[in-house]
Amino acid sequence: MNLTLRIWRQHGPEDKGRMVTYPVQDVSPDMSFLEMLDVLNERLILDGEEPVAFDHDCREGICGACSLMINGEAHGPQRGTTACQLHMRQFSDGDTIDIEPWRARAFPVVKDLVVNRNAFDQIIAAGGYVTAPTGSAPEAHSVPVPKADADAAFSSAACIGCGACVAACPNGSGMLFTAAKITQLSLLPQGQPERYTRVIGMVDAHDEAGFGGCTNVGECASACPKGIPLNTIGRLNRDYLKATAKRSGTPGS
Amino acid sequence: MDLYTSGDPIADTRAPDGPIETRWDRHRFEMKLVNPANRRKMTVIVVGTGLAGGSAAATLAEQGYRVRSYCYQDSPRRAHSIAAQGGINAAKNYRNDGDSVHRLFYDTVKGGDFRSRESNVHRLAEVSVNIIDQCVAQGVPFAREYGGLLDTRSFGGAQVQRTFYARGQTGQQLLLGAYQALERQIGLGNVEMNARHEMLELVIVDGRARGIVVRDMVTGEISTEMADAVVLASGGYGNVFYLSTNAKGCNVTASWRAHRKGAYFANPCYTQIHPTCIPVSGDHQSKLTLMSESLRNDGRVWVPKAKGDQRSPRDIPEDERDYYLERIYPSFGNLVPRDIASRAAKNVCDEGRGVGPTGLGVYLDFADAINRLGRKAIEAKYGNLFEMYERITGEDPYEVPMRIYPAVHYTMGGLWVDYDLQSSIPGLFVIGEANFSDHGANRLGASALMQGLADGYFVLPNTLANYLASGPLDQVDASHPEAVAARTDVEERIKRLLAINGDRTVDSFHRELGQIMWEHCGMERSEAGLRKAIDEIRSLREQFWQRVRVPGDGEGLNQSLEKAGRVADFFELAELMCIDALHREESCGGHFRAEYQTPDGEAQRDDDRFAYVAAWEYTGTGEPVLHKEDLTFEYVHPTQRSYK
Repeated sequence: MNLTLRIWRQHGPEDKGRMVTYPVQDVSPDMSFLEMLDVLNERLILDGEEPVAFDHDCREGICGACSLMINGEAHGPQRGTTACQLHMRQFSDGDTIDIEPWRARAFPVVKDLVVNRNAFDQIIAAGGYVTAPTGSAPEAHSVPVPKADADAAFSSAACIGCGACVAACPNGSGMLFTAAKITQLSLLPQGQPERYTRVIGMVDAHDEAGFGGCTNVGECASACPKGIPLNTIGRLNRDYLKATAKRSGTPGS
Repeated sequence: MDLYTSGDPIADTRAPDGPIETRWDRHRFEMKLVNPANRRKMTVIVVGTGLAGGSAAATLAEQGYRVRSYCYQDSPRRAHSIAAQGGINAAKNYRNDGDSVHRLFYDTVKGGDFRSRESNVHRLAEVSVNIIDQCVAQGVPFAREYGGLLDTRSFGGAQVQRTFYARGQTGQQLLLGAYQALERQIGLGNVEMNARHEMLELVIVDGRARGIVVRDMVTGEISTEMADAVVLASGGYGNVFYLSTNAKGCNVTASWRAHRKGAYFANPCYTQIHPTCIPVSGDHQSKLTLMSESLRNDGRVWVPKAKGDQRSPRDIPEDERDYYLERIYPSFGNLVPRDIASRAAKNVCDEGRGVGPTGLGVYLDFADAINRLGRKAIEAKYGNLFEMYERITGEDPYEVPMRIYPAVHYTMGGLWVDYDLQSSIPGLFVIGEANFSDHGANRLGASALMQGLADGYFVLPNTLANYLASGPLDQVDASHPEAVAARTDVEERIKRLLAINGDRTVDSFHRELGQIMWEHCGMERSEAGLRKAIDEIRSLREQFWQRVRVPGDGEGLNQSLEKAGRVADFFELAELMCIDALHREESCGGHFRAEYQTPDGEAQRDDDRFAYVAAWEYTGTGEPVLHKEDLTFEYVHPTQRSYK
């Protein structure tokens, strides 16, 4: 099939950026979206132009590197699918496709479709862990975990840190990402000792990094390629409320 | 042979002796320690943030060293360990099914086709149990039973259920555990994290590894970073084949630059071809996707009995199907090790019985399992894998059998290391897939995650201390002549790549190199094919340096430039792989030479001539020097592997 691509080109952080139109011919429906961009880039290089820079790595939907806004939707039209797993059979001959980077204050553009998502790492560094230095762990079976809790923790832990939630949110909020980690660790016995310091640390880091506040729009959950549900943010809010109440209190309260 | 010269044998001088169960404990006791106050004065560079590098950086920082960590991805969480699906082995024996440290040791030595070191493998099996404890304490959400205890499943090459898992995303969950431990240390200021940085050269001062030259992939800035020791955890080299299950960015550059500086490269021809990947769909193919080996627990592999049978799989009656793994290997059936399953698939396709549009595919059929256990149970176990298959192929595997074909997945070879995981360059340590040490000629399923975490959490932090305790080393900085020379080399190389301005893209060369390697150094190798491959690689490499076009400049983000540097190194590695494969006149594990097989087509080892590690020294003349490290087996007697 033949398509018209309109792609965001931006030389660097200081450049203003613009949409540039590229026709592409003979696209196979079995190609992935990124393979279609590969083909375009091969042509651009031979034509003496700069290829389009975009982040990608595993191309299996798990590393979270790919980050394309396709026709205004984070990762494109197919639900539960990252851009690298999106295949061209989802499009039709003659389509025009707009491709843009994530747009959010906390994710500045590096070049073309590549953004800086370091803010996510800062949120994790502020508490998204269990303090368990190597070698200090007790025998794995010493604390049983109810299967339902383990399964629910896994579902939140499935977050790939791609940032689609932020890109989809009208406020540029990173609350779904933050809540997914909070939820995973708060559902497990190992996460309890740091439960309330964690939520305060991570929410503070989230706000400092320039993400917007959550107003329960819900775009994040529908854009999430891993199906992290909106109610994880509810869990975060409950923990945050308890934590702020406890902050001035004494241990054990 | 005309392609290399033979050098002196090499020995693992750090290898302990005595009863195998006591070796690691005794070795740990005998090693020197570094006083906590002194650790703060020592800097360690760790390249790579996968399971090995991430866990090592976090652990070393916890111990008090100053750590500088580097990865080419935009975040340490994206290292390719994240994509491991199936699980992690550990000798916990929670199933009471006869497992033990000794059995895991035995299975791994046998699975590696008797080309690994017994002492290393035993240590791996010992620490496997600590890994599970560590990960559970970090909040890794492993699959659990209704009673709240950990669930396990079986995996290829084993008859016990010792594989712990987190649905089909075990690598992701283990890596996030290590990443979170690493981020904690970054937050505490103990680790300086450098994402989007690529190591392009190793700096050696007075015979010791003392630093690296890196390129900031965003600004293009080249800098030299010095340290007391350098740890490479930069993964495997499967992308030399262009098409593999590795991430697109995976590369051999860090290892290869170290090799050029004197680190021996061991057993480069040992590559693992994974039997269950989604077949190639066309020329545009940019990578291959694995379908977890765990699927072979419930899926049955078959092809039509008749050649060229074009019927839809559901229209082929039972008695016209050949469940060839169950037929040839009745005791292991669909769970034979990866090398055996891959070659069997190739054989039936070579006979003309392959399925799908290209004829390069076999069925992996879940119909029996769905009838027996119900669709719900299959969904719970493999739901995400089935969805991924459908997204890629457009076919529903609940209704139509999956089509699978082998693909390059893992490389057992890597930089040579001693028992302490130190390379032939003092102060350069190599962990995870980047080293060669534990898997011999074939790695068993769910053992890569085990080895990466064993090296990073439990082995390296002990052995590195022993090296550092022999210090203090002289203070050196980036103005040292060796450091300046290394940096100049990097800058010259980048200039040279940018100046060629030819008429072919980097990818077109990489693709062609991959085809040569897959054809001649893939699932089956022969002397004639390997010699042909070496000629073709040499002439293509020459073309590369004359005709490649790398657009843009070195000043900022330039993905073509990154690729060009990596492909240039793959060219050199490819030649060494072929030389290694050519010199090893036997078949073992992932290395199958057509000339050396048993009458029924199984790999024919030659223990008298080849029970050694081939450690290659770089010379710069195109003729590497071979150093042999003899392997001895005291506990697991080498036998012809049989999974029948």
